[in-house]
Amino acid sequence: MVRIGDAPRVKRLLIGIALALTALFLVLPLVAIFAQALMRGIDVYWHNLSDSYTVAAIGLTLLVTLLTVPVNLIFGVFLAWLVTRFEFPGRRLLQTLIDIPFAVSPVVAGLVYLLLYGRNGWLGGWLDSHDIQIMFAWPGIVLATIFVTCPFVARELIPLMQAQGAREEEAAVTLGASGWTIFRRVTLPKIRHALLYGVILTNARAVGEFGAVSVVAGAIRGQTNTLPLQVEQLYQDYNTVGAFTSASLLALLALLTLAAKAALEWRAARRETAT
Amino acid sequence: MIASTLRMGRQRRVLPGFGLSLGVSLTFISLILLLPLTSLVGQLAQLSASQYWFLITDPRIVASYGVTLMAAVIAALFNAVFGLLMAWVLVRYEFPGKRLVDALMDLPFALPTAVAGVTLATLYSSSGWVGQLLEPLGISVAYTWVGIALAMAFTSIPFVVRTVQPVLEDLPAEVDEAAITLGAKDAHAFRRVILPHLWPALVTGTGLAFVRSLGEFGAVIFIAGGKPYETEITSLMIFVKLQEYDYAGASAVASIVLATSLALLLAINLWQGRFIKRLHGGRG
Repeated sequence: MVRIGDAPRVKRLLIGIALALTALFLVLPLVAIFAQALMRGIDVYWHNLSDSYTVAAIGLTLLVTLLTVPVNLIFGVFLAWLVTRFEFPGRRLLQTLIDIPFAVSPVVAGLVYLLLYGRNGWLGGWLDSHDIQIMFAWPGIVLATIFVTCPFVARELIPLMQAQGAREEEAAVTLGASGWTIFRRVTLPKIRHALLYGVILTNARAVGEFGAVSVVAGAIRGQTNTLPLQVEQLYQDYNTVGAFTSASLLALLALLTLAAKAALEWRAARRETAT
Repeated sequence: MIASTLRMGRQRRVLPGFGLSLGVSLTFISLILLLPLTSLVGQLAQLSASQYWFLITDPRIVASYGVTLMAAVIAALFNAVFGLLMAWVLVRYEFPGKRLVDALMDLPFALPTAVAGVTLATLYSSSGWVGQLLEPLGISVAYTWVGIALAMAFTSIPFVVRTVQPVLEDLPAEVDEAAITLGAKDAHAFRRVILPHLWPALVTGTGLAFVRSLGEFGAVIFIAGGKPYETEITSLMIFVKLQEYDYAGASAVASIVLATSLALLLAINLWQGRFIKRLHGGRG
């Protein structure tokens, strides 16, 4: 069969340009991160990694991610269940609202939290008098990260659950199954991969969020520096190797994210051809 | 209203969990999304109209609108072309390493923006791998608007590729065949036959890339250098005002950024909806 652009000359040219641009814009930066991190050798790399501020940043990043992902997972599942299994007024509005974090600049996201919980904010005064600190401390970082990453799980689940319909769940109800049983035994197996994919995306963004977090964190070394903030701070201090050491951890995680995503898609495609 | 909603849900639906999922969703959306956003409105309400106008028309801020818009337009146009090319090559051709290239397209979403920022700034600085090649040619990227556009383009690469790719995959081979048997040349056939099919996805992807670029912060600030009136982007101006504890000024500028991106997102959704309706014979 003849198709447009199938002439060998056209094909070679287009593939050539595509690969060259991919190498320049995507591969080269990736290589540069690891090259810069390892510039002074592996010993310096390990030394930089075990720096106490870097270790503290890794710890804080893990804490933020461990709190953010389950919260958004639970919320995403409930929201998806709500908008795909029930008809009610305002359903479309809810679906639009959940997209807001994707449109909002991260700095603006940080700002609105600062306005709410900051010392002069609406709740700031009350929190201050009760000695609860949210801004410039880890709770603020967690809240801002939840804001920025909350659409991911719901966005993966909603189209899928919409397409699947509610027939099987309804059948389960007529057989007398309880809500939790229906979800666990009927719905969950069908949405497992989308759910996992949503979690992977949430996780990647939660670990790497910079703009919103830098507004609410206040960058106190060893206390409110997440790993991306640590990258920034070391870079501003002209400690390039140190900055790229922390960056290399984040890049490694990004590569793992891509691999997990590719594996999930590959399995989904294989199942499709099998049936 | 909620009470009547609850009753309706119970009457019409056999599935359990309506009240619980509505409660959880509304609580979450109110606390995490709406309450913080209303605090911005509250902050703005303390300003008089003339104060607000003065804050958002400050010459340095206005210059930052220009820089941000120009760089975002260039980044989006670059991505329209690059994304279309990548989608085409990944769907239509077979070559070694194709799956790897396909997976790499998502790198900008997986890589933290600050990491992208410091990496691009290092690569394109005058002593960097790419920068030192460009310097003799008289091209400087770091600390100019070119660098800003480059960083914006990097972070929004996946949008066009991932919106065009599925549409191209679903395009039946007959479309090509018809054009070719009619004797059309490749470029002509592509423009007249394929492009109209891809157009809605291409515009949507480019629009999303543009919105993302307008708000980008982490990837841009390192390569931008922050020369007032020249390489300051609007989200950096908000950040700077916050560091100076100028919450009113930061909020005023933020309201412009927020309104712009929400309006654009709405426009993209409407545009997309129109095409989906047309494709499904008005049943969308």
